[in-house]
Amino acid sequence: MYGFLIGVGVVLLLSLVWMVFRIQTLVSVVKGSDKKIATGSNKVNALLFVLFLVGSGILMFWYSIKEFDNYQLPLASEHGVITDQLFWITTAVTGVVFLITHVLLFLFPYMYQYKEGRKASFYPENHKLEIIWTAVPGVVMAGLVISGWMAWSDITAPAPEKAHVVEIMGYQFAWDVRYPGKDNVLGDYDYRLINASNSHGIDFSDKNSLDDFPSPKVVIPKGEPVLFKIRARDVLHSVYAPHMRLKMDAVPGMPTRFWFVPTKTTEEMRAELKDPNFEYEIACTEICGRGHFSMKKVIEVVEPAAYQKWLAEQKSFIQQNPALAEGINPESKELAGIQLGDSNK
Amino acid sequence: MATATVAHHETEVHDHHDHEHHDSFITKYIFSTDHKMIAKQFLITGIFWAIIGGLLSTLFRLQLGFPEMNLEFLRPLLGGWIDEAGKLDPTFYLALVTMHGTIMVFFVLTAGLSGTFSNFLIPLQIGARDMASGFMNMLSYWFFFLSSVIMFISLFIKTGPAGGGWVVYPPLSALEQAIPGSGLGMTLWLISMTFFIVSSLLGGINYITTVINLRTKGMSFSRLPLTIWAFFLTAVIGLLSFPVLFAAALLLVFDRSFGTSFYLADIYVAGEALPNTGGSPVLFQHLFWFLGHPEVYIVLLPALGITSEVIATNSRKPIFGYKAMVISLLGITVLSFIVWAHHMFVSGMNPFLGSIFMFLTLIIAVPSAVKVFNYLTTLWRGNLIFTPAMLFSIALVSFFISGGLTGIFLGNSAIDIQLHDTYFVVAHFHLVMGSASFFGMMAGIYHWFPKMFGRMMDAKLGYIHFWLTFVGVYLVFFPMHYIGIAGFPRRYYSWTNFEFSNTYTDLNMFVHPGHGNWPGEIPTVYRWPYDYSKPGAAQDFIPQTVPLSQTPESNLPHEQELVKVELEIMKDEAEVLVANESKH
Repeated sequence: MYGFLIGVGVVLLLSLVWMVFRIQTLVSVVKGSDKKIATGSNKVNALLFVLFLVGSGILMFWYSIKEFDNYQLPLASEHGVITDQLFWITTAVTGVVFLITHVLLFLFPYMYQYKEGRKASFYPENHKLEIIWTAVPGVVMAGLVISGWMAWSDITAPAPEKAHVVEIMGYQFAWDVRYPGKDNVLGDYDYRLINASNSHGIDFSDKNSLDDFPSPKVVIPKGEPVLFKIRARDVLHSVYAPHMRLKMDAVPGMPTRFWFVPTKTTEEMRAELKDPNFEYEIACTEICGRGHFSMKKVIEVVEPAAYQKWLAEQKSFIQQNPALAEGINPESKELAGIQLGDSNK
Repeated sequence: MATATVAHHETEVHDHHDHEHHDSFITKYIFSTDHKMIAKQFLITGIFWAIIGGLLSTLFRLQLGFPEMNLEFLRPLLGGWIDEAGKLDPTFYLALVTMHGTIMVFFVLTAGLSGTFSNFLIPLQIGARDMASGFMNMLSYWFFFLSSVIMFISLFIKTGPAGGGWVVYPPLSALEQAIPGSGLGMTLWLISMTFFIVSSLLGGINYITTVINLRTKGMSFSRLPLTIWAFFLTAVIGLLSFPVLFAAALLLVFDRSFGTSFYLADIYVAGEALPNTGGSPVLFQHLFWFLGHPEVYIVLLPALGITSEVIATNSRKPIFGYKAMVISLLGITVLSFIVWAHHMFVSGMNPFLGSIFMFLTLIIAVPSAVKVFNYLTTLWRGNLIFTPAMLFSIALVSFFISGGLTGIFLGNSAIDIQLHDTYFVVAHFHLVMGSASFFGMMAGIYHWFPKMFGRMMDAKLGYIHFWLTFVGVYLVFFPMHYIGIAGFPRRYYSWTNFEFSNTYTDLNMFVHPGHGNWPGEIPTVYRWPYDYSKPGAAQDFIPQTVPLSQTPESNLPHEQELVKVELEIMKDEAEVLVANESKH
């Protein structure tokens, strides 16, 4: 019943608005103002552009300054310093262009609104002007491109040899982490080996895989290069660590990589932000299905000494589940056995 | 008596329907070959899709803006996609996002915009009786209609429409096990898009042929209105890039249905290892964006063309730098084909390729900047009349600036690492491509509505429409820059799982001529289209059909030369006319 009444109310309101417009139109026909080229509305619109310019300008500056700390993400990687710098340089350059062009765009309508008897100036071309405003953006863009290109080349250059390797594998809908163990070399894998006890599809007949170990979170040392080896098991995913300014797609059938140097431990960041619960996070940024929004993994950055200690405490896949070693050749088994023995000491 | 009536009827027909065919309802309104009627068909279908597309976005913004809200009241509309607790299903959220993108990009801003205005304006502005092939033009609409019907049906099937994003990246779009929308929904998506591509190609070939061959006497390329330049180049882009999307889609069909491995490799899904090896999902991304990037210019160029016309007309000034505008359009057209991989900086492709595409991408900023400066100079010292169309055009320039500048961030691969697939991207393309093109379409509708339908629209309602929409667009999309910088990823059903995106959610919370066009002789063109407020001229506009020899008082020095040529041509033609008449 209420719905019906509201419906009737809306219909009445709309017809009222329509009536007002109808009357107004008829009045303007009687007055003859509908024959005019520009009515009073012309002035109103011209003025509204100026009001919009001032109003939205104030809103933008006020909000950008007030909320700066909120939308500014804390930064914790070496290359992030450079990309953030590039971001703010680009913001400054484009900001100036944004302001100048918008001031002109919204002031011209006010300044040059229709006046009876005035004639617009016939000004079809000016080659000098055209050349200037082709060349200037060209030069500015060249500057931005070159600085961006230099940063990009450094970031995507091959990782230093001593980089700590971590494998991150995306699947619907989580990340699995594998460390290469003492040899710092990840063992082979084959997606056909994946089963309930071997979610990574690790090939344990490869010697390098014997000391590989899993971890519920990504633990990395501060100040040392870390290489993420990224892969996907089912569909596309994308490793996104916002605080590290790191993003790389995880592609089934094509391993990808991204290396970086973390600059602040989790503890340091907690102290800096005065947030005892702060964690570095990995999210997924490539649409991957129902749980796309919930693929979270925690990164813990620790001091190098603490990292070495943590490494020494970890148990390899085989130590955790000796059944995995079944069916591999005796020589490898022996090696695995030695390892088992090592850690038992 | 009877004979008299018949005779009377005959003369009437003869007098008033010189070139008119005797159309039945079906041939006039449904299977019409008149470009003007086809334009209206595209327009109305486009409006229908815009309403559907907008509605879908309302649904998912409702989820983001009010995550705790009980959406039970949507059950009559969405049925099982609202779960027992009154929450929107996360899979359906993705389907909504996907369909919103597909509908808006292809069905509204490609077919609705190009289809309407290329069809309506090309023959009228170049002085042609109709398109080169009226029949193909009709087919173009009806293929689009068929494609629309299939896409519309896909919204209602049990497993939901395609849900892998409008870019339909495999393997997600290839594997039903990965997301239910990749089953029948995706099949319908592919069939629908195939018909859509056919429609675009039929339309595009027609636009190109018409512009090249059917220009009236004197309508040289250097005298074409900028709208026509824009439509022409849009059609060229479409003709060259849509077949690539077709190829990409065809290979996807093979992967989905016939067991090939173009895009699939080493996949373990739903507890089973698939036999596919050796394929590359990145290949699909290359093929898709080879259309996908030109597509944004297919969407944008017609809007820029319309704006050039509307701004010049309502400033009562010639468009500033006509040649520079044409060269910019040409530049954008060429460059649009060699920047596609800037969508893929972090896709895992070779970083060296990334550097190349960064250079090429940022070059495209130059012709875009030139266009903006030329619009500004056209406004400068004009005598501006704010029709609703003019307001929408000025706003388009504003969106083009705002969204274009953020493109400089995203085209820079080093900065893109952080911003890729965040809301910064959403803000960027909704302003520069979505809103700018939409406003171009609005400007076109307001500007040419009287010519299309023979009626006037109420300007005041237009003003209200404009100001609400203009302010609304900025209020919706500008704040997305902030959450983008804060790192909020796209296509997220909710942000509460992550700490970095949990603290800053408040911003999301608020969230009539006859068929044949000219009776009698087709008009001849003697000058360029923008002789507004010419010094010396009595009127503030000289139409293109007025010979230069008739306006000696306003001719510019270089035009005096043309007058001589013009007089000679006119003399020749007069002789031909006389000769023809003596034959009869």
